[in-house]
Amino acid sequence: MEVGKPAALGQFALVALAFAALMHAYVVSDFSVLNVVQNSHTSKPMLYKVTGVWGNHEGSMLLWVLILSLFGAAVALFGRNLPPTLKARVLSVQGLIGVGFLLFILLTSNPFVRIDPPPLDGQDLNPLLQDPGLAFHPPFLYLGYVGFSVAFSFAAAALIEGRVDPAWARWVRPWTLAAWCGLTVGIALGSWWAYYELGWGGWWFWDPVENASFMPWLAGTALLHSAIVVEKRDALKSWTILLAILTFGLSLVGTFLVRSGVLSSVHAFAVDPARGVFILALLMIAMGGSLLLYGLRAPVLKLGGLFAPISREGALVLNNLLLSTATATVFLGTMYPLFLDAVGGGKVSVGPPFFNATFVPLMVPLVAAMAVGPLLAWKRADLAGALGRLKAAAALTAICVLATLYAYQGGPVLALVGIAMAAWAFFGALAELADRVKLFRAPLAESLRRAVNLPRSAWGTAVAHAGLGIAIAGMTGSTAWMTEKITLMRPGETVQVAGYDIAFTGLGQERAENYVATLGSFRVTAGNSLVADLRPSERFFPVTRQSTTEAAIHTNWVSDLYVVLGKPDEQGAHVVRIYHHPLVPWIWIGAIVMAAGGCISLSDRRFRVGVPERRARPAAPVPAE
Amino acid sequence: MKRLLFLLPLILFGVLAVYFAVGLTRDPRAVPSALIDKPVPQFSLAPLEGSDAPGLATADLKGKVRLVNIFASWCAPCRIEHPVLMRLAREYGIEIAGINQKDKPADAREMLEREGNPFARIGADTDGRASIEWGVYGIPETFVVDRDGRIRYRHVGPIMPQDLDAKILPIIRELQG
Repeated sequence: MEVGKPAALGQFALVALAFAALMHAYVVSDFSVLNVVQNSHTSKPMLYKVTGVWGNHEGSMLLWVLILSLFGAAVALFGRNLPPTLKARVLSVQGLIGVGFLLFILLTSNPFVRIDPPPLDGQDLNPLLQDPGLAFHPPFLYLGYVGFSVAFSFAAAALIEGRVDPAWARWVRPWTLAAWCGLTVGIALGSWWAYYELGWGGWWFWDPVENASFMPWLAGTALLHSAIVVEKRDALKSWTILLAILTFGLSLVGTFLVRSGVLSSVHAFAVDPARGVFILALLMIAMGGSLLLYGLRAPVLKLGGLFAPISREGALVLNNLLLSTATATVFLGTMYPLFLDAVGGGKVSVGPPFFNATFVPLMVPLVAAMAVGPLLAWKRADLAGALGRLKAAAALTAICVLATLYAYQGGPVLALVGIAMAAWAFFGALAELADRVKLFRAPLAESLRRAVNLPRSAWGTAVAHAGLGIAIAGMTGSTAWMTEKITLMRPGETVQVAGYDIAFTGLGQERAENYVATLGSFRVTAGNSLVADLRPSERFFPVTRQSTTEAAIHTNWVSDLYVVLGKPDEQGAHVVRIYHHPLVPWIWIGAIVMAAGGCISLSDRRFRVGVPERRARPAAPVPAE
Repeated sequence: MKRLLFLLPLILFGVLAVYFAVGLTRDPRAVPSALIDKPVPQFSLAPLEGSDAPGLATADLKGKVRLVNIFASWCAPCRIEHPVLMRLAREYGIEIAGINQKDKPADAREMLEREGNPFARIGADTDGRASIEWGVYGIPETFVVDRDGRIRYRHVGPIMPQDLDAKILPIIRELQG
């Protein structure tokens, strides 16, 4: 059992060495490596040479395994409090996943294939991907995807041990939380990139690959909450184990969808059926094995504490029901074309209308309950009392809705619902904090003392919930009140959008290492005061003969003005697209606040110091099945 | 009975795995065999509003080997394959008919003005009905149609430069005879 730690560290060191070798090949532009030839070029800026390492299938799989072994090594190093049998089992499950994926890389996706003779220069990375937002999107996303492997390993280890207790949940939660924060940031970066780089101002398309990252996020959010119940009340154990398995399972399904090409998508990596078969085999072994283990072992898990429907546990169960239904909905929408095709029903595609019609209604009760839940007591709670403490939040929500009604003279009903949800989530989180520190009900000094002593996890909860409120406001605002203007403009002309005067003042050229750009200058004024000078451009990349648009965005943190310059026509007029997106920056601010909430909770004292109620008794030996 | 309940996730996963396996054997980049070698479906589309290119109907697809490309301005991979379409039209002189799926005419026009127009004809498939007739699954999709107006090949997803030499051009050359 002692082998686990050095083995996990060794795996990490060796994978890191391989990754460093590939990165070196990119940095020095070693064109004897096929992967570098296909995805790099000597004139590419250094940042994208480095990030180009994971801008392709082979390299990104290596990053996947690197992060996987990083988590394994972290468990080995920081898991000093774990009982030795549990730790050994966690590390061995983690190691097994690593072996599976290393085999995948070796057999189907070797990043180190050489070519002889080496070409003079490479074929360059797709220019759409040469962008800072996207450069750091995969590492964060994988931090999330792969981080859930730790929860999975813990679940499998607990099933093998045949014992789940509050201490187990306390060990699993920080890993899940870290993975969740990474995934939140990763998804936000991806959607931000789509917003400013694709040039259409959209930020979410319900594309299969976006859904593939969103499903583990939903399931992971459910897992975070149900693990609280296990930790505090020793209940919902078998459900939490199942969620841990499913969350990582959805990450694997996501990998399968992206790499096998069973569904076509924006994020088309080079598709090779052999890879699909291999990942499917991995998926079957990992999921089939763990679900079989679950089927055999979960019935022997002891049931935990009982609780009334109206209680903190009850609220968390509701949260789990809604989140898992939402996950299932997204799953169905994403997979339906595949299911239908497999039974010979023809080819269809499922678009945003389906998701908007099914997903949004599930979120309304979730957010409504979210503000109430943290105010409920464990075991049995007083709903009327909790609602009473939310009076201020309800009043502020009503004010927000009325203000919106006034500002937009009505507006779509759904947008009002969205604003109500956003305000309710935000002010509900604040009300919960205020309630806990007895703000205005005790002397200020007393409140301050209470605020300082409040556990970090309580702060984290409130911050993350408030972050969701901010993000919902952003999604609602940008969907309901966006204005766009697409028009032909010549230098010297002025148009008006959303109360701004936008003057096209001139054109210029710019030459960079690997592209040439046409720059437009726009002067934005409101009344007589200058708001911003915007310089949208269009870049042409000679190596790949592709061009990208670089939108110029002016944000005042409440709304974005978004200008895109198009190609000129024969008379020298340019197509200019101007969008005004109210509240859109809040989507990403909200996501960052949510991730920050997770990080605050992660720094909670309970996770840093030893576990107080650790049980000294080693796990009872269980006969082998 | 209770034990069975706990095995339910495994059983559901088993069903899912079968679907995945079947999905893998089906190439989403290949037409369901029903359409290959069949005449193109009956459809008739108005031209793209504000564009010089004429509209597109079944009768327009005879007499010449053509590509039919389903595209939209909102579709990011379409932009990836756009330079390849431009090359096909300009360097190889192949006639491409476009079906503009569920798009705003202004957006589509703007995209063609900015990135060049490889299409000889463009049909505006505003409601997506014609695309359904063609069995379009995800866009972009490209069909090779022979002189008799029969579908001979289907490519799903963006045409990458390597697809051009590996599949599209050989098939066109063979059909052109």
